[in-house]
Amino acid sequence: MKGDRKYIVLFLLPAAAIMTIFLYYPFFKSLYLSFYRTTGFFDKKFVGWANYERLFTDKLLGAATLHTLEIMLYVIVFQVGIALVLAVLVDNISKLKSFYRTVFFFPVVISGTAISLLFVLFYNYNFGLLNNLLAHFDIEKVLWLDEKNALKAVSIPTVWHYVGFYFVLFLTAMSKIPSDYYEAAKLEGISAFKRTTMLTIPLIMSDIKVVITLAITGTLKVFEFVWVITSGQNGTEVLGTYMYKKAMVDQNFGYGSTVAIYMVVFGVLLAVIANRLLKRDEITY
Amino acid sequence: MEPTIVVEHNTQRVKKRRFKISTAVMYIVLTLWSLTTIYPLFWIVNNSFKVSRDVMNNSFAISWDPVFVNYQNAFDRINIGRSYINSLIMSFGTVFLVLLLGGLAAYVLSRFNFRGKRTIYSILYATLLIPAFATVVPVYELLIKTSLVNTYWGLIFPQTAGNLTFATLVIAGYMSTIPKELEEAAFMDGCNRWQMFVKIFVPISQPVFASASIFVFMWSYNDLFSALIFVNKENVRPIVALLNEISSQYGTDFGLMATAVSLTVIPVLIVYLFISKYIQKGLTEGAVKG
Repeated sequence: MKGDRKYIVLFLLPAAAIMTIFLYYPFFKSLYLSFYRTTGFFDKKFVGWANYERLFTDKLLGAATLHTLEIMLYVIVFQVGIALVLAVLVDNISKLKSFYRTVFFFPVVISGTAISLLFVLFYNYNFGLLNNLLAHFDIEKVLWLDEKNALKAVSIPTVWHYVGFYFVLFLTAMSKIPSDYYEAAKLEGISAFKRTTMLTIPLIMSDIKVVITLAITGTLKVFEFVWVITSGQNGTEVLGTYMYKKAMVDQNFGYGSTVAIYMVVFGVLLAVIANRLLKRDEITY
Repeated sequence: MEPTIVVEHNTQRVKKRRFKISTAVMYIVLTLWSLTTIYPLFWIVNNSFKVSRDVMNNSFAISWDPVFVNYQNAFDRINIGRSYINSLIMSFGTVFLVLLLGGLAAYVLSRFNFRGKRTIYSILYATLLIPAFATVVPVYELLIKTSLVNTYWGLIFPQTAGNLTFATLVIAGYMSTIPKELEEAAFMDGCNRWQMFVKIFVPISQPVFASASIFVFMWSYNDLFSALIFVNKENVRPIVALLNEISSQYGTDFGLMATAVSLTVIPVLIVYLFISKYIQKGLTEGAVKG
């Protein structure tokens, strides 16, 4: 149509502007800052690859990476796993479907901070819910947030938070499978278990792949849970909290930016690997 | 003849019963999981009506005589009302900007053919890989330089930028399914592009606008990381930043903490219950596939 070009530019410009100013420019500025040694915003000195060299010898960063990977493992196994099991079950029942769908989604809408505080109350040594419960059965109290348990303790709310999200995604994918597949399976006399493992799961494989990728990239962003529950102490430091501490607490913007770039590269790498490993042909009905 | 019929009858019955057991197991598992999502909420709300001592000593007991001292404290001492207002202003501001800018961009991307469109799409998909961590320092610097730090815009702008990609992709996906005939008819009637957007595309795309707005609202309202950095002054602090503050300052006042968590959670849950339909729908439309 006539004059379309004007509208194309006009309509795209505001979005492009705000994303350039608050996303692309800062991203490249971070890249730039990662080559500087800084204290605050004003004292800045070019140091070349020094920050990156530090990156590879930084034991704390290595630990944070390992902790992040451990949480990632729990997230893939339990978050995605539980979501898949729940979706299969709900797909197989006839009553109360929408009730379960609504209720399972509850934690997703709640802020990670609120959930974290809730778990602070659960894990409290003297008065927490868990130790209260143990006391009921005359079992000795447990230090839930010591070196041994803390990482698992912060993983539980992290996993629990988003199960409902992936559950709904899986359920949606399942509802898109044409019913004649199931009718054919029924005629063949295939059991419900076989139907799930041989039919449903292979058919939603592409969605499982998407969800695993989302889970992996999502875990890199974990921040609230660790920050509120342990502030990264007792072996729970993750990449998010470490970056925050370096950049905002220590005011070391140069190295903080380097850590951030490392996180991006790490995330992209993991996503690519996941995509490779889980490669499957897209199924269209 | 008769015996065969009886046999058949029996096998059928056995089959039916086995089916029932497995169904029962399914319901039990599902109900157990729903308890994990419901009980903690009940626990926290229940404890918000107790004095701290009772929370500590007997957190399981149901508070038949609710006390409101925690709620009073929350509003008087830690000024939770102020944080509510801050949160709402900033989150609604973000939602509004994201829908407006994202809607316009999505309209162009879904309905126009022009050079560079594929490039824009590739850039958008790549943008999904940029986490807030990778932009936070320069944005912080920018906000300080423009004196936007610790103002409502100081959170609205970065969050708008952060959520735009998602919203644009989702809305564009929906808009591309709108039939071309509608557009042509509107054009015949003398609509220009802006009118077409406002009068045709926005109303038709209402479901996707609704689901996108819910997600953007949720992510904005719940985002602690940005709040800690960009708007940490008391007068602009949103509710999640206040919660974080409470845990370090009043960590021993369990009643108050329970109340603060309840106050943060309950409104979102109520809204969610009313609009959960749209959330499911938004996800159904392949929303989060980006």
